[in-house]
Amino acid sequence: MIDDWFPLALVLLLSIFLGYELISKVPSTLHTPLMSGSNAISGITLIGAISAAGAAHNSGFSQVLAVLAVALATVNVVGGYVVTNRMLGMFKKKEREGDLS
Amino acid sequence: MNTATEIAYLVAAASFILGLRMLGSPETARHGNLLSAFGMSLAALVTFFGDEMENYGWVLFGIVIGAVVGVVAARLVEMTAMPEMVALFNGSGGAASLFLGWVVHLSTSPNFFTASTVIMAVFIGGTTFTGSLVAWAKLRELTLAGKRLGGAYTFPGQRAINMGVLIIALLGGVVYAADSSGSVAAGGLAVGILLSLLFGILLVVPIGGADMPVVIAVLNSLSGLAACAAGFAVENAILVVAGALVGASGFILTTVMCKSMNRTLVNVFAGGFGATGGGAGTVVDGVVQPIMAEDAYYLLEAADSVVIVPGYGLAVAQAQHVVREMSDLLEKSGADVRYAIHPVAGRMPGHMNVLLAEANVPYDVLAEMDDINPVMGTVDVCLVVGANDVVNPAARDDECSPIYGMPIIDVDRARIVIVLKRSMGTGFAGISNPLFFRSNTRMLFGDAKTSLQQVVSEFKD
Repeated sequence: MIDDWFPLALVLLLSIFLGYELISKVPSTLHTPLMSGSNAISGITLIGAISAAGAAHNSGFSQVLAVLAVALATVNVVGGYVVTNRMLGMFKKKEREGDLS
Repeated sequence: MNTATEIAYLVAAASFILGLRMLGSPETARHGNLLSAFGMSLAALVTFFGDEMENYGWVLFGIVIGAVVGVVAARLVEMTAMPEMVALFNGSGGAASLFLGWVVHLSTSPNFFTASTVIMAVFIGGTTFTGSLVAWAKLRELTLAGKRLGGAYTFPGQRAINMGVLIIALLGGVVYAADSSGSVAAGGLAVGILLSLLFGILLVVPIGGADMPVVIAVLNSLSGLAACAAGFAVENAILVVAGALVGASGFILTTVMCKSMNRTLVNVFAGGFGATGGGAGTVVDGVVQPIMAEDAYYLLEAADSVVIVPGYGLAVAQAQHVVREMSDLLEKSGADVRYAIHPVAGRMPGHMNVLLAEANVPYDVLAEMDDINPVMGTVDVCLVVGANDVVNPAARDDECSPIYGMPIIDVDRARIVIVLKRSMGTGFAGISNPLFFRSNTRMLFGDAKTSLQQVVSEFKD
Protein backbone atom coordinates (compact mmCIF):
# COMPACT_ATOMS: atom_id res chain seq x y z
CA MET A 1 0.00 0.00 0.00
CA ILE A 2 1.20 3.45 -0.91
CA ASP A 3 0.92 6.19 1.69
CA ASP A 4 0.29 9.90 1.05
CA TRP A 5 3.92 10.78 1.41
CA PHE A 6 5.16 8.44 -1.26
CA PRO A 7 4.28 10.41 -4.44
CA LEU A 8 5.87 13.55 -3.00
CA ALA A 9 8.99 11.66 -1.97
CA LEU A 10 9.26 10.27 -5.48
CA VAL A 11 8.88 13.77 -6.93
CA LEU A 12 11.63 14.95 -4.56
CA LEU A 13 13.99 12.19 -5.61
CA LEU A 14 13.49 12.77 -9.32
CA SER A 15 13.77 16.56 -8.98
CA ILE A 16 17.08 16.29 -7.16
CA PHE A 17 18.57 14.16 -9.91
CA LEU A 18 17.08 16.39 -12.60
CA GLY A 19 18.42 19.49 -10.88
CA TYR A 20 21.87 17.96 -10.61
CA GLU A 21 21.94 17.12 -14.33
CA LEU A 22 20.60 20.54 -15.35
CA ILE A 23 22.94 22.61 -13.21
CA SER A 24 26.03 20.56 -14.04
CA LYS A 25 25.78 21.91 -17.58
CA VAL A 26 25.85 25.58 -16.55
CA PRO A 27 29.31 27.10 -17.30
CA SER A 28 31.07 28.92 -14.48
CA THR A 29 30.72 32.18 -16.43
CA LEU A 30 27.05 32.12 -15.47
CA HIS A 31 27.32 30.88 -11.90
CA THR A 32 26.36 34.19 -10.29
CA PRO A 33 23.17 34.66 -12.33
CA LEU A 34 22.46 30.95 -11.83
CA MET A 35 22.71 31.44 -8.10
CA SER A 36 20.50 34.51 -7.97
CA GLY A 37 18.04 33.00 -10.46
CA SER A 38 17.74 29.73 -8.56
CA ASN A 39 17.53 31.79 -5.39
CA ALA A 40 14.41 33.39 -6.84
CA ILE A 41 12.97 29.93 -7.51
CA SER A 42 13.54 29.00 -3.87
CA GLY A 43 10.99 31.71 -3.06
CA ILE A 44 8.41 29.15 -4.25
CA THR A 45 7.42 29.05 -0.57
CA LEU A 46 5.29 32.01 -1.70
CA ILE A 47 2.74 29.58 -3.15
CA GLY A 48 2.25 27.85 0.18
CA ALA A 49 2.29 31.17 2.00
CA ILE A 50 -0.45 32.66 -0.21
CA SER A 51 -2.70 29.67 0.49
CA ALA A 52 -1.99 29.88 4.20
CA ALA A 53 -2.52 33.64 4.45
CA GLY A 54 -5.68 33.47 2.35
CA ALA A 55 -7.31 30.71 4.38
CA ALA A 56 -10.32 31.68 6.44
CA HIS A 57 -9.65 29.82 9.66
CA ASN A 58 -6.50 31.54 10.87
CA SER A 59 -6.14 32.95 14.34
CA GLY A 60 -4.69 36.43 14.70
CA PHE A 61 -1.16 35.25 15.36
CA SER A 62 -0.98 32.69 12.60
CA GLN A 63 -2.44 35.27 10.21
CA VAL A 64 0.45 37.60 11.06
CA LEU A 65 2.95 34.80 10.50
CA ALA A 66 1.38 33.86 7.18
CA VAL A 67 1.37 37.44 5.89
CA LEU A 68 5.00 37.79 6.96
CA ALA A 69 5.77 34.61 5.04
CA VAL A 70 4.06 36.05 1.95
CA ALA A 71 6.01 39.31 2.17
CA LEU A 72 9.39 37.63 2.77
CA ALA A 73 8.91 35.06 0.02
CA THR A 74 7.88 37.83 -2.37
CA VAL A 75 11.08 39.76 -1.59
CA ASN A 76 12.98 36.59 -2.45
CA VAL A 77 11.08 35.92 -5.67
CA VAL A 78 10.79 39.42 -7.09
CA GLY A 79 14.22 40.63 -5.98
CA GLY A 80 15.86 37.46 -7.24
CA TYR A 81 14.34 37.61 -10.71
CA VAL A 82 14.88 41.35 -11.15
CA VAL A 83 18.53 41.28 -10.12
CA THR A 84 19.19 38.23 -12.32
CA ASN A 85 17.58 39.94 -15.28
CA ARG A 86 19.70 43.03 -14.61
CA MET A 87 22.90 40.99 -14.55
CA LEU A 88 22.10 38.93 -17.63
CA GLY A 89 21.30 42.13 -19.52
CA MET A 90 24.97 43.04 -19.18
CA PHE A 91 26.24 39.84 -20.80
CA LYS A 92 26.88 40.81 -24.41
CA LYS A 93 28.39 39.05 -27.34
CA LYS A 94 31.33 40.52 -29.16
CA GLU A 95 30.42 42.90 -31.97
CA ARG A 96 32.71 42.12 -34.83
CA GLU A 97 33.30 45.03 -37.13
CA GLY A 98 33.34 44.08 -40.78
CA ASP A 99 32.32 40.52 -40.01
CA LEU A 100 31.29 39.24 -43.42
CA SER A 101 30.56 35.62 -42.62
CA MET B 1 -7.11 22.18 -5.60
CA ASN B 2 -8.96 22.29 -8.91
CA THR B 3 -7.79 21.06 -12.28
CA ALA B 4 -6.93 24.50 -13.63
CA THR B 5 -4.62 25.08 -10.66
CA GLU B 6 -3.00 21.71 -11.14
CA ILE B 7 -2.35 22.37 -14.82
CA ALA B 8 -0.91 25.79 -14.00
CA TYR B 9 1.46 24.18 -11.46
CA LEU B 10 2.60 21.71 -14.09
CA VAL B 11 3.31 24.55 -16.50
CA ALA B 12 5.18 26.38 -13.73
CA ALA B 13 7.32 23.32 -12.97
CA ALA B 14 8.14 22.96 -16.67
CA SER B 15 9.08 26.66 -16.81
CA PHE B 16 11.50 26.28 -13.91
CA ILE B 17 13.15 23.27 -15.49
CA LEU B 18 13.41 24.80 -18.97
CA GLY B 19 14.44 28.14 -17.49
CA LEU B 20 17.33 26.55 -15.61
CA ARG B 21 18.33 24.69 -18.74
CA MET B 22 18.40 27.94 -20.70
CA LEU B 23 20.61 29.46 -18.02
CA GLY B 24 23.26 27.08 -19.35
CA SER B 25 24.23 29.38 -22.21
CA PRO B 26 24.78 33.16 -22.21
CA GLU B 27 22.70 33.47 -25.37
CA THR B 28 19.54 32.01 -23.88
CA ALA B 29 20.09 32.81 -20.21
CA ARG B 30 18.05 35.99 -20.08
CA HIS B 31 15.04 34.36 -21.69
CA GLY B 32 15.46 31.41 -19.36
CA ASN B 33 15.23 33.68 -16.35
CA LEU B 34 12.13 35.38 -17.76
CA LEU B 35 10.53 31.99 -18.44
CA SER B 36 11.20 30.96 -14.87
CA ALA B 37 9.71 34.25 -13.63
CA PHE B 38 6.67 33.63 -15.81
CA GLY B 39 6.20 30.20 -14.23
CA MET B 40 6.41 31.68 -10.77
CA SER B 41 3.91 34.45 -11.58
CA LEU B 42 1.50 31.93 -13.06
CA ALA B 43 1.70 29.69 -10.01
CA ALA B 44 1.20 32.68 -7.69
CA LEU B 45 -1.77 33.96 -9.71
CA VAL B 46 -3.71 30.70 -9.80
CA THR B 47 -3.07 30.23 -6.10
CA PHE B 48 -4.30 33.74 -5.41
CA PHE B 49 -7.50 33.18 -7.37
CA GLY B 50 -7.92 29.61 -6.07
CA ASP B 51 -11.04 28.12 -4.48
CA GLU B 52 -9.99 28.27 -0.85
CA MET B 53 -8.98 31.91 -0.79
CA GLU B 54 -10.77 34.27 1.55
CA ASN B 55 -8.46 37.00 2.81
CA TYR B 56 -7.42 38.67 -0.43
CA GLY B 57 -6.57 41.95 1.26
CA TRP B 58 -3.96 40.52 3.60
CA VAL B 59 -2.30 38.46 0.89
CA LEU B 60 -2.17 41.43 -1.46
CA PHE B 61 -0.71 43.56 1.31
CA GLY B 62 2.12 41.06 1.84
CA ILE B 63 2.80 40.73 -1.87
CA VAL B 64 2.91 44.49 -2.49
CA ILE B 65 5.29 45.15 0.41
CA GLY B 66 7.54 42.27 -0.63
CA ALA B 67 7.56 43.25 -4.29
CA VAL B 68 8.43 46.88 -3.57
CA VAL B 69 11.30 45.90 -1.27
CA GLY B 70 12.54 43.30 -3.75
CA VAL B 71 12.48 45.58 -6.80
CA VAL B 72 14.12 48.51 -5.05
CA ALA B 73 16.88 46.33 -3.57
CA ALA B 74 17.51 44.55 -6.87
CA ARG B 75 17.75 47.75 -8.86
CA LEU B 76 19.96 49.69 -6.48
CA VAL B 77 22.52 47.02 -5.61
CA GLU B 78 26.06 47.49 -6.89
CA MET B 79 27.48 44.53 -8.81
CA THR B 80 30.35 44.25 -6.33
CA ALA B 81 27.77 43.86 -3.54
CA MET B 82 25.98 40.98 -5.26
CA PRO B 83 27.01 38.38 -2.64
CA GLU B 84 25.40 40.41 0.15
CA MET B 85 22.24 40.82 -1.90
CA VAL B 86 21.97 37.10 -2.63
CA ALA B 87 22.60 36.37 1.06
CA LEU B 88 19.72 38.65 2.08
CA PHE B 89 17.35 37.16 -0.49
CA ASN B 90 18.31 33.68 0.71
CA GLY B 91 17.63 34.75 4.27
CA SER B 92 14.18 36.10 3.45
CA GLY B 93 13.29 32.87 1.64
CA GLY B 94 14.48 30.86 4.64
CA ALA B 95 12.44 32.98 7.05
CA ALA B 96 9.37 32.54 4.84
CA SER B 97 9.73 28.74 5.07
CA LEU B 98 10.13 28.97 8.85
CA PHE B 99 6.93 31.03 9.19
CA LEU B 100 5.01 28.81 6.80
CA GLY B 101 5.97 25.72 8.81
CA TRP B 102 4.87 27.47 11.96
CA VAL B 103 1.51 28.41 10.45
CA VAL B 104 0.91 24.80 9.41
CA HIS B 105 1.52 23.79 13.02
CA LEU B 106 -0.90 26.42 14.35
CA SER B 107 -3.72 25.92 11.88
CA THR B 108 -3.84 22.14 11.48
CA SER B 109 -3.24 19.12 13.66
CA PRO B 110 -0.54 17.42 11.62
CA ASN B 111 0.07 13.67 11.67
CA PHE B 112 3.54 12.25 12.38
CA PHE B 113 4.83 12.60 8.84
CA THR B 114 3.55 16.14 8.30
CA ALA B 115 4.80 17.16 11.72
CA SER B 116 8.30 15.92 10.86
CA THR B 117 8.28 17.99 7.69
CA VAL B 118 6.99 21.01 9.60
CA ILE B 119 9.87 20.81 12.02
CA MET B 120 12.31 20.40 9.14
CA ALA B 121 10.95 23.43 7.29
CA VAL B 122 11.21 25.41 10.50
CA PHE B 123 14.70 24.22 11.33
CA ILE B 124 16.27 24.54 7.87
CA GLY B 125 14.43 27.82 7.26
CA GLY B 126 15.59 29.28 10.58
CA THR B 127 19.19 28.20 10.01
CA THR B 128 19.14 29.73 6.53
CA PHE B 129 17.67 32.95 7.93
CA THR B 130 20.21 33.72 10.67
CA GLY B 131 23.08 32.14 8.73
CA SER B 132 22.36 34.50 5.84
CA LEU B 133 22.18 37.50 8.14
CA VAL B 134 25.58 36.67 9.64
CA ALA B 135 27.00 36.09 6.14
CA TRP B 136 25.58 39.44 5.06
CA ALA B 137 27.14 41.23 8.05
CA LYS B 138 30.50 39.61 7.31
CA LEU B 139 30.40 40.48 3.63
CA ARG B 140 29.47 44.07 4.44
CA GLU B 141 32.33 44.09 6.94
CA LEU B 142 30.09 45.66 9.56
CA THR B 143 31.56 46.44 12.94
CA LEU B 144 30.17 44.94 16.11
CA ALA B 145 31.31 46.32 19.47
CA GLY B 146 34.32 47.92 17.83
CA LYS B 147 35.34 44.69 16.13
CA ARG B 148 35.25 44.32 12.40
CA LEU B 149 33.22 41.36 11.26
CA GLY B 150 34.34 39.48 8.19
CA GLY B 151 37.03 37.33 9.73
CA ALA B 152 36.69 33.79 10.96
CA TYR B 153 35.96 33.42 14.67
CA THR B 154 36.79 30.17 16.28
CA PHE B 155 36.67 29.28 19.95
CA PRO B 156 37.55 26.16 21.90
CA GLY B 157 34.88 23.47 21.91
CA GLN B 158 33.15 25.00 18.91
CA ARG B 159 32.48 21.72 17.19
CA ALA B 160 31.16 20.13 20.38
CA ILE B 161 28.81 23.06 20.96
CA ASN B 162 27.52 22.96 17.38
CA MET B 163 26.95 19.22 17.65
CA GLY B 164 25.20 19.68 20.98
CA VAL B 165 22.86 22.31 19.56
CA LEU B 166 22.07 20.07 16.61
CA ILE B 167 21.34 17.06 18.84
CA ILE B 168 19.08 19.02 21.21
CA ALA B 169 17.24 20.47 18.20
CA LEU B 170 16.82 16.96 16.82
CA LEU B 171 15.42 15.74 20.13
CA GLY B 172 13.05 18.73 20.21
CA GLY B 173 11.96 17.79 16.71
CA VAL B 174 11.32 14.17 17.66
CA VAL B 175 9.32 15.22 20.72
CA TYR B 176 7.29 17.54 18.54
CA ALA B 177 6.68 15.09 15.70
CA ALA B 178 5.77 12.21 18.02
CA ASP B 179 2.80 14.09 19.46
CA SER B 180 2.27 17.31 17.56
CA SER B 181 -0.98 18.25 19.28
CA GLY B 182 0.00 17.19 22.78
CA SER B 183 1.00 19.45 25.64
CA VAL B 184 4.75 19.16 25.11
CA ALA B 185 4.52 19.74 21.36
CA ALA B 186 4.54 23.52 21.54
CA GLY B 187 7.67 23.30 23.69
CA GLY B 188 9.35 21.01 21.18
CA LEU B 189 8.56 23.38 18.34
CA ALA B 190 9.75 26.40 20.33
CA VAL B 191 13.04 24.63 21.04
CA GLY B 192 13.32 23.83 17.35
CA ILE B 193 12.75 27.45 16.30
CA LEU B 194 15.15 28.98 18.82
CA LEU B 195 17.89 26.45 18.20
CA SER B 196 17.57 26.77 14.43
CA LEU B 197 18.17 30.51 14.74
CA LEU B 198 21.13 29.87 17.05
CA PHE B 199 22.52 27.15 14.80
CA GLY B 200 22.52 29.44 11.76
CA ILE B 201 24.70 31.90 13.65
CA LEU B 202 27.04 29.22 15.02
CA LEU B 203 27.41 27.69 11.57
CA VAL B 204 28.60 30.83 9.81
CA VAL B 205 30.56 32.57 12.60
CA PRO B 206 33.73 30.43 12.22
CA ILE B 207 33.90 31.04 8.46
CA GLY B 208 35.41 34.10 6.89
CA GLY B 209 37.48 35.67 4.20
CA ALA B 210 38.09 33.51 1.16
CA ASP B 211 35.60 30.85 2.30
CA MET B 212 32.58 33.12 2.05
CA PRO B 213 31.62 32.00 -1.50
CA VAL B 214 31.17 28.48 -0.11
CA VAL B 215 28.90 29.77 2.63
CA ILE B 216 26.67 31.58 0.16
CA ALA B 217 26.41 28.46 -1.99
CA VAL B 218 25.52 26.33 1.05
CA LEU B 219 22.87 28.82 2.19
CA ASN B 220 21.48 28.84 -1.34
CA SER B 221 21.15 25.09 -1.17
CA LEU B 222 19.56 25.23 2.30
CA SER B 223 16.95 27.79 1.20
CA GLY B 224 15.89 25.32 -1.49
CA LEU B 225 15.72 22.45 0.97
CA ALA B 226 13.66 24.57 3.35
CA ALA B 227 11.17 25.27 0.56
CA CYS B 228 11.15 21.54 -0.16
CA ALA B 229 10.33 20.66 3.44
CA ALA B 230 7.62 23.34 3.48
CA GLY B 231 6.23 21.72 0.32
CA PHE B 232 5.85 18.43 2.18
CA ALA B 233 4.23 20.25 5.11
CA VAL B 234 1.57 21.89 2.94
CA GLU B 235 1.45 18.87 0.59
CA ASN B 236 2.18 20.85 -2.54
CA ALA B 237 4.38 19.19 -5.16
CA ILE B 238 5.36 22.44 -6.89
CA LEU B 239 7.25 23.51 -3.76
CA VAL B 240 8.99 20.16 -3.64
CA VAL B 241 10.08 20.32 -7.29
CA ALA B 242 11.31 23.92 -7.18
CA GLY B 243 12.95 23.48 -3.78
CA ALA B 244 14.79 20.36 -4.91
CA LEU B 245 16.07 22.07 -8.07
CA VAL B 246 17.53 24.88 -5.98
CA GLY B 247 18.89 22.48 -3.40
CA ALA B 248 20.75 20.60 -6.15
CA SER B 249 22.00 23.84 -7.70
CA GLY B 250 23.40 25.10 -4.40
CA PHE B 251 25.00 21.73 -3.79
CA ILE B 252 26.81 21.77 -7.14
CA LEU B 253 28.05 25.33 -6.65
CA THR B 254 29.27 24.37 -3.18
CA THR B 255 31.23 21.45 -4.62
CA VAL B 256 32.70 23.61 -7.39
CA MET B 257 33.88 26.26 -4.93
CA CYS B 258 35.35 23.72 -2.52
CA LYS B 259 37.25 21.99 -5.33
CA SER B 260 38.60 25.27 -6.70
CA MET B 261 39.93 26.17 -3.28
CA ASN B 262 41.21 22.70 -2.56
CA ARG B 263 39.15 22.52 0.61
CA THR B 264 36.60 20.04 1.87
CA LEU B 265 33.23 21.18 3.12
CA VAL B 266 34.00 19.89 6.61
CA ASN B 267 37.24 21.81 6.49
CA VAL B 268 35.42 25.03 5.59
CA PHE B 269 32.85 24.68 8.35
CA ALA B 270 35.48 23.86 10.93
CA GLY B 271 36.54 27.41 10.19
CA GLY B 272 39.57 29.65 10.12
CA PHE B 273 40.99 29.92 6.64
CA GLY B 274 44.75 29.67 6.84
CA ALA B 275 44.43 28.90 10.54
CA THR B 276 45.00 25.25 9.79
CA GLY B 277 48.75 25.73 10.06
CA GLY B 278 51.35 24.72 7.52
CA GLY B 279 53.05 28.13 7.40
CA ALA B 280 53.72 29.99 4.22
CA GLY B 281 55.35 27.16 2.27
CA THR B 282 58.87 27.09 0.96
CA VAL B 283 60.21 30.61 1.09
CA VAL B 284 61.50 31.63 -2.28
CA ASP B 285 64.33 34.06 -2.71
CA GLY B 286 65.50 35.49 -5.95
CA VAL B 287 65.64 38.49 -8.13
CA VAL B 288 62.49 40.19 -9.26
CA GLN B 289 62.51 42.07 -12.52
CA PRO B 290 60.58 45.30 -12.11
CA ILE B 291 59.45 47.17 -15.22
CA MET B 292 57.82 50.50 -15.98
CA ALA B 293 54.48 51.07 -17.72
CA GLU B 294 56.36 52.00 -20.87
CA ASP B 295 58.16 48.62 -20.95
CA ALA B 296 54.83 46.86 -20.38
CA TYR B 297 53.45 48.73 -23.35
CA TYR B 298 56.29 47.53 -25.62
CA LEU B 299 55.78 43.92 -24.49
CA LEU B 300 52.02 44.08 -25.03
CA GLU B 301 52.29 45.94 -28.31
CA ALA B 302 54.51 43.22 -29.74
CA ALA B 303 52.29 40.37 -28.58
CA ASP B 304 49.98 38.38 -30.85
CA SER B 305 48.08 36.75 -28.07
CA VAL B 306 47.38 38.24 -24.65
CA VAL B 307 45.63 36.66 -21.70
CA ILE B 308 44.42 38.85 -18.85
CA VAL B 309 43.97 37.19 -15.46
CA PRO B 310 41.78 39.36 -13.25
CA GLY B 311 41.39 38.88 -9.52
CA TYR B 312 39.07 40.59 -7.12
CA GLY B 313 41.77 43.22 -6.56
CA LEU B 314 40.85 44.50 -10.02
CA ALA B 315 37.30 45.21 -8.89
CA VAL B 316 38.49 46.75 -5.63
CA ALA B 317 40.64 49.15 -7.65
CA GLN B 318 37.63 49.76 -9.95
CA ALA B 319 39.94 49.03 -12.87
CA GLN B 320 37.54 46.91 -14.99
CA HIS B 321 36.85 49.75 -17.40
CA VAL B 322 40.48 50.67 -18.01
CA VAL B 323 41.31 46.98 -18.56
CA ARG B 324 38.55 46.84 -21.15
CA GLU B 325 39.88 49.99 -22.79
CA MET B 326 43.34 48.45 -22.97
CA SER B 327 42.09 45.17 -24.41
CA ASP B 328 40.16 47.09 -27.07
CA LEU B 329 43.37 48.88 -28.07
CA LEU B 330 45.25 45.58 -28.14
CA GLU B 331 42.63 44.03 -30.37
CA LYS B 332 42.76 47.01 -32.68
CA SER B 333 46.48 46.46 -33.09
CA GLY B 334 45.76 42.88 -34.10
CA ALA B 335 46.31 40.90 -30.91
CA ASP B 336 44.05 38.11 -29.73
CA VAL B 337 42.86 39.01 -26.22
CA ARG B 338 41.19 36.68 -23.76
CA TYR B 339 40.39 36.79 -20.07
CA ALA B 340 41.16 33.75 -17.94
CA ILE B 341 38.86 33.54 -14.96
CA HIS B 342 39.57 31.36 -11.94
CA PRO B 343 36.42 29.98 -10.31
CA VAL B 344 37.21 31.74 -7.03
CA ALA B 345 38.06 35.11 -8.60
CA GLY B 346 35.52 37.33 -6.89
CA ARG B 347 33.37 37.05 -3.83
CA MET B 348 30.85 34.47 -5.04
CA PRO B 349 30.80 31.81 -7.78
CA GLY B 350 31.07 33.47 -11.19
CA HIS B 351 31.29 36.95 -9.68
CA MET B 352 34.24 38.16 -11.79
CA ASN B 353 32.37 37.40 -15.01
CA VAL B 354 29.53 39.68 -13.93
CA LEU B 355 31.95 42.46 -12.99
CA LEU B 356 33.63 42.23 -16.40
CA ALA B 357 30.29 42.05 -18.19
CA GLU B 358 29.34 45.25 -16.38
CA ALA B 359 32.44 46.86 -17.92
CA ASN B 360 31.21 45.75 -21.37
CA VAL B 361 33.69 42.91 -21.78
CA PRO B 362 31.92 40.50 -24.18
CA TYR B 363 31.33 37.05 -22.71
CA ASP B 364 32.91 35.15 -25.59
CA VAL B 365 36.41 36.35 -24.61
CA LEU B 366 35.97 35.06 -21.04
CA ALA B 367 37.75 31.71 -20.76
CA GLU B 368 37.46 29.18 -17.97
CA MET B 369 40.55 27.92 -16.20
CA ASP B 370 40.32 24.40 -17.64
CA ASP B 371 40.04 25.73 -21.20
CA ILE B 372 42.88 28.22 -21.04
CA ASN B 373 45.51 26.13 -19.21
CA PRO B 374 46.26 23.68 -22.06
CA VAL B 375 47.00 26.57 -24.47
CA MET B 376 48.87 28.76 -21.99
CA GLY B 377 52.21 27.78 -23.57
CA THR B 378 51.24 29.53 -26.80
CA VAL B 379 50.36 32.81 -25.11
CA ASP B 380 52.80 35.68 -25.67
CA VAL B 381 51.94 37.91 -22.73
CA CYS B 382 49.91 37.07 -19.66
CA LEU B 383 48.80 40.05 -17.61
CA VAL B 384 47.93 39.34 -13.97
CA VAL B 385 45.81 42.07 -12.38
CA GLY B 386 44.78 41.82 -8.75
CA ALA B 387 45.16 38.04 -8.57
CA ASN B 388 47.77 36.26 -6.47
CA ASP B 389 47.03 32.87 -4.92
CA VAL B 390 45.11 31.61 -7.97
CA VAL B 391 48.23 32.03 -10.14
CA ASN B 392 50.72 30.76 -7.56
CA PRO B 393 52.74 27.90 -9.11
CA ALA B 394 53.53 26.67 -5.57
CA ALA B 395 49.99 25.23 -5.53
CA ARG B 396 51.15 22.96 -8.34
CA ASP B 397 54.80 22.31 -7.50
CA ASP B 398 55.53 22.89 -3.79
CA GLU B 399 54.22 20.16 -1.53
CA CYS B 400 55.00 22.28 1.54
CA SER B 401 52.74 25.10 0.43
CA PRO B 402 49.45 25.39 2.33
CA ILE B 403 47.65 25.80 -1.00
CA TYR B 404 49.32 22.76 -2.58
CA GLY B 405 46.79 20.95 -4.76
CA MET B 406 44.60 23.96 -5.40
CA PRO B 407 43.92 24.28 -9.14
CA ILE B 408 45.57 27.38 -10.58
CA ILE B 409 45.80 29.25 -13.83
CA ASP B 410 49.21 28.31 -15.24
CA VAL B 411 50.30 31.85 -16.07
CA ASP B 412 53.97 30.94 -15.58
CA ARG B 413 53.78 28.85 -18.78
CA ALA B 414 53.15 31.93 -20.91
CA ARG B 415 56.19 33.42 -22.65
CA ILE B 416 56.07 36.60 -20.58
CA VAL B 417 54.04 37.24 -17.43
CA ILE B 418 53.41 40.80 -16.31
CA VAL B 419 52.19 40.99 -12.71
CA LEU B 420 50.55 44.21 -11.59
CA LYS B 421 51.08 44.53 -7.88
CA ARG B 422 51.18 47.24 -5.27
CA SER B 423 54.32 45.95 -3.52
CA MET B 424 56.17 42.72 -2.83
CA GLY B 425 53.90 41.80 0.11
CA THR B 426 52.42 38.29 0.26
CA GLY B 427 48.83 37.74 -0.83
CA PHE B 428 45.60 37.54 1.08
CA ALA B 429 46.49 34.26 2.73
CA GLY B 430 50.11 35.28 3.44
CA ILE B 431 51.58 32.63 1.17
CA SER B 432 54.81 33.34 -0.71
CA ASN B 433 54.54 33.26 -4.47
CA PRO B 434 57.49 31.95 -6.52
CA LEU B 435 55.87 33.31 -9.69
CA PHE B 436 57.35 36.74 -8.93
CA PHE B 437 60.89 35.37 -9.18
CA ARG B 438 60.56 33.45 -12.43
CA SER B 439 62.80 34.47 -15.30
CA ASN B 440 59.81 35.14 -17.56
CA THR B 441 58.02 37.30 -14.98
CA ARG B 442 58.05 41.10 -14.99
CA MET B 443 56.68 43.07 -12.06
CA LEU B 444 54.84 46.30 -12.70
CA PHE B 445 54.59 47.86 -9.25
CA GLY B 446 52.02 50.44 -8.26
CA ASP B 447 48.29 50.93 -8.13
CA ALA B 448 46.72 48.64 -10.76
CA LYS B 449 44.39 51.26 -12.14
CA THR B 450 47.11 53.94 -12.46
CA SER B 451 49.53 51.49 -14.10
CA LEU B 452 46.91 50.41 -16.62
CA GLN B 453 46.02 54.00 -17.38
CA GLN B 454 49.69 54.68 -18.09
CA VAL B 455 49.84 51.70 -20.47
CA VAL B 456 46.68 52.91 -22.21
CA SER B 457 48.10 56.40 -22.66
CA GLU B 458 51.27 54.87 -24.16
CA PHE B 459 49.05 53.14 -26.71
CA LYS B 460 47.35 56.39 -27.59
CA ASP B 461 50.59 58.31 -28.12
